[in-house]
Amino acid sequence: MTGNVLRALEAVTAERAGTALLSVRGLTVRFRLSGGRTVDAVSDADLDLVPGECLALVGESGCGKSVLASALLGLLPANAETTGTALLAGPDGTGPTDLLAAGEKTLARTVRGRRVGLVPQSPAAHLTPVRTVRAHLEETVRALTGVPRRERRARAEEAAERAAFPATHLDRHPHELSGGLAQRAATALALIGDARLLLADEPTTGLDRDLVDRTADELRRHVDEGRALLLITHDLAAAERIADRVAVMYAGRIVETAPAHRFFGPAGPRHPYARGLLDALPERAFTPIPGMPPELTALPDGCAFAPRCPRATDLCGTRPEPRAAVACHHPEHPRA
Amino acid sequence: MLELNGITAGYDRRAPVFRGARLTLAPGESVGLLGPSGCGKSTLARVAALLHRPDAGRYVLDGTEIRAWRHRAPRELRTAVGVVFQQPRTAADPRLTLADLIAEPLRATGRGAEAAARVADLAPTVGLTPELLSRRPHAVSDGQLQRACLARALSLRPRWLICDEMTAMLDASTTAALVAAVETYRAGTGAGLLAVGHDRVLLERWCDRTVEWKDCLTGGDER
Repeated sequence: MTGNVLRALEAVTAERAGTALLSVRGLTVRFRLSGGRTVDAVSDADLDLVPGECLALVGESGCGKSVLASALLGLLPANAETTGTALLAGPDGTGPTDLLAAGEKTLARTVRGRRVGLVPQSPAAHLTPVRTVRAHLEETVRALTGVPRRERRARAEEAAERAAFPATHLDRHPHELSGGLAQRAATALALIGDARLLLADEPTTGLDRDLVDRTADELRRHVDEGRALLLITHDLAAAERIADRVAVMYAGRIVETAPAHRFFGPAGPRHPYARGLLDALPERAFTPIPGMPPELTALPDGCAFAPRCPRATDLCGTRPEPRAAVACHHPEHPRA
Repeated sequence: MLELNGITAGYDRRAPVFRGARLTLAPGESVGLLGPSGCGKSTLARVAALLHRPDAGRYVLDGTEIRAWRHRAPRELRTAVGVVFQQPRTAADPRLTLADLIAEPLRATGRGAEAAARVADLAPTVGLTPELLSRRPHAVSDGQLQRACLARALSLRPRWLICDEMTAMLDASTTAALVAAVETYRAGTGAGLLAVGHDRVLLERWCDRTVEWKDCLTGGDER
């Protein structure tokens, strides 16, 4: 690739960072374990997210995707060490907040629920089993907004409607809801604070295909209203359905970022791991990537994918730096 | 042959989950059973795996009519069917290493002496390394644990394998690897497969044929 093209790509990246709602640079998360071992859960992750955009973060389970989301919300356990920056643009032109440097008080009082909404994995476990959906919604309205008591009921009903949760089911308890309705209840809660950034952590796991499509489409609707969505998923079909861009994570590193139409289209991704993931789909070659991901406690110095990679050479013993949004010494050429 | 006929089953006799379900698998055949969540297809899979006693109906496995379920079923019938569930976490004893987990059916049937050799045979076919075999469930990922659960289901060389949403929690590459392991086992032994799930694309690619849950219920002829 010529220097000019690279410079042009960098300029695009810089412009994106300028208008970004969320701009993450060099995010690294390590866990210290007993016995002096460390888990390199996330290494040097960069990503940008602009309003009205959905970025899907995809990868095998255990690759560090959920840790990245938890880091952005300050929800990591005490033995985690986080470095890097994650700038969240301030409301109405105020200065950005670095989510990684902000204290618990700032995160609890101004960020979680208000500026960043979390659509959780397994909503059934996220909801309080002894309380109705209405009680959840009214409590969240009280905690996040200054709405007077007599208007809370109406506001809770509005919130349910925005997430397409049926008013007839508001007085039900979580165990009386289907998986899809529990998901909508959790989404309604995430939307109450009117956060411009939504984080959805595996929102479709365990749902059947129709429900996956409906849940994904509902999330997309919130993006089209001007929110930014970071969709963390291993479900490539859900990502293809609603994402504008795709970031592929492997062993804690983002190895490729690509526009969704190129990633899923005839051109295809360029990183051999990303190609392998797509080729594993039953509607494609249905062939697994040989081997398994490395342990995050013992990552190799070079490319972590090299032991499973058909294109690996001696060069892969050194770590590939990202070039044109692909971190690979031997990226594949576009198929079309 | 695996023949389920007129099966009514559920968790409350007055309100069964379904009535009169039928499903037939020829020897060595692989069938995908498709249905939405909550329809009762997993309950039928549990009946087929001898894990749930139906309220009514007839189940004939390789010519023998099943009259007892769970621990009451004769050993030679119980061990003819291997099962893999959706959630490996709730299907694995957290105290056992993966090697012991895979060997448990052999030990439980008085064949502990074969365990070491059988585990060594099975582990590479499901992609588990010796290092992983020495770990306990909390120290492995869902995908790695499900690989061990598949190896456990294969350890007694069952003639039938029941996979109930085996890959619903897993990523595409692990899904393809587990399906390949099942198919390698079937190619070597001629075992039949009932794969239950809601992923049409996956089951149509994987199985000889697929059956809709609603066609099992109407008693419609699926052959």
